[in-house]
Amino acid sequence: MSDPILTLKAVHTDIAQYHILQGVDFEVPRGEVTMLLGRNGVGKTTTLKTIMGQWTAKSGEILYDGQDLKRLPVSARARAGIGFVPEDMGIFSDLTVEENMVLGATSGPLDPQRKEWLLAAFPALGTFWNSEAGNLSGGQKQMLSIARAMAEDRELYLIDEPTKGLAPAIIATMANALRELKAQGRSILLVEQNFLVAKALGDSAVVMDDGRVIWTGAMAELASNKDLQENLMGLSMEAH
Amino acid sequence: MTAAPDHRPTFADVSLGERLGKAMPFLLIPILVVLGFFAIGAPSSWLTLTVSGLAMGMMIFIMASGLTLVFGLMDVINFGHGAFVSVGAFIGISVLIALGDWTGATSLLLNMSAVFLAVAAAMTVTGALGWVFERVIVKPVYGAHLKQILVTVGGLIVIEQLIHVIWGPDEIFINRPEMLKGAITFAGAAMEKYRLLAVGIGAVLFIAMRMILRRTKIGLIVRAGVENGPMVEALGYRLRVVFIGVFVAGSALAGLGGVMWGLYQEVITAGMGERMMVLVFIVAIIGGLGSVEGAFIGALLVGLLQNYVAFLEPKLALVSNIALMTAILMWRPQGMLPVVKAK
Repeated sequence: MSDPILTLKAVHTDIAQYHILQGVDFEVPRGEVTMLLGRNGVGKTTTLKTIMGQWTAKSGEILYDGQDLKRLPVSARARAGIGFVPEDMGIFSDLTVEENMVLGATSGPLDPQRKEWLLAAFPALGTFWNSEAGNLSGGQKQMLSIARAMAEDRELYLIDEPTKGLAPAIIATMANALRELKAQGRSILLVEQNFLVAKALGDSAVVMDDGRVIWTGAMAELASNKDLQENLMGLSMEAH
Repeated sequence: MTAAPDHRPTFADVSLGERLGKAMPFLLIPILVVLGFFAIGAPSSWLTLTVSGLAMGMMIFIMASGLTLVFGLMDVINFGHGAFVSVGAFIGISVLIALGDWTGATSLLLNMSAVFLAVAAAMTVTGALGWVFERVIVKPVYGAHLKQILVTVGGLIVIEQLIHVIWGPDEIFINRPEMLKGAITFAGAAMEKYRLLAVGIGAVLFIAMRMILRRTKIGLIVRAGVENGPMVEALGYRLRVVFIGVFVAGSALAGLGGVMWGLYQEVITAGMGERMMVLVFIVAIIGGLGSVEGAFIGALLVGLLQNYVAFLEPKLALVSNIALMTAILMWRPQGMLPVVKAK
């Protein structure tokens, strides 16, 4: 395993009276795709939001490139090189597709080459470039959310269920885009319920249950072992 | 990268009714102006009242624009906004009094230079005061509306009392600069020069604000922040810094509004800002909290309606704006151009 770009050590997070993360430990190796798996409600989204700073970790360490993120505000974590695609996509509905993309390029104007690359990958965004993002379909919004996170080069991408409810053709596009990011040496922590996507993209897997990590290892190992899947997640991933 | 299947959309024909429905808030102003024309009857009176209503509306818009953005960006209800109006008026008028030779001269250049310096001083002081107000009074109560109301009202009272300490308890009467006195006649209607100037300044400010919000990155960040602040921060923007900037700009605009309102009324008092807050809140609410365009339309509607009703039925003038707010909220409970809130 290469050196980790992100390390979580005994991270605890409370939301109101609920103790959601109860000592989460795992690493995201540099330049790899790490799948964050588990049943619904086990704390996967909370883990991503805690890393991003949208929820505050009560205790523990979140080390990004050796730097403890816990004291940094959300915006500083993004500027440190973390791109975030939330589960609700976070699209600015009143802004056009172009304006959403311009905002994705935090440190300056949207690079023309990068824009060209992203529009080649997601042509629908070009078709609706000047339309209000709120008028896009669910799949188009998801494409926009991912493309916006990629509008600027980031070292680590936190992506929460990008393929939820999408048609297979669009899922294939998403997967290809994420593969390209990986090929560029970028690291990805991906929450994903689609087994085929997880199997196709994941280098390693982290399985959570009840706010804790219950298994870490190679994605290939998890994908090939139905007993392990049923033991960890209550059912075979093939059944998804 | 492999491309997703291309998509060739078929755009639906949007009916005239649907298009009108979306544009209806913008159409309310010409509709009201036309209704006013028929209700008043005499074209010259109607023109005079329309210019007066537009001038009043523009000044209210200048005061309300900062308030609505501050609420939209950070959910802050600032009842202390009226203090900036009063302070702006006192600073600006003090400068004008000090430049009495310039304001008394029959030179447009000297008169406008004095007004410009008065406005610059008022905006600088109220902008700085806004910064202190945000750091000391607003910052500790983010996310707590009840506390915001209490502490900002407290801040308003303290600032009003400080005005009494510095400038005394009495109202101050003002003479407008020489070249802004009097009226010009057009089509038989007398239109005060100062009101025409106020309409011009308000229109230029609205266009400038719209350009900043629509064409610049900082404007994009503000608009996105009003809709979904947490996502703007997750992209790497320091929304707090943007918010402080908007708060300071909003306070400075309130100061500008104070100078303009003082010259309009030709008298200033420490409580003038507090009294204006009723109209300012009506405008922000009917426009849709967080919406600058909504505040602009709302302010013009309030200004025009108040002037028309005061002419037609003076006893109803006091309730006309509350009636307008009630009617608009029954039609659109979120205001005319509500900004989507995802937080």
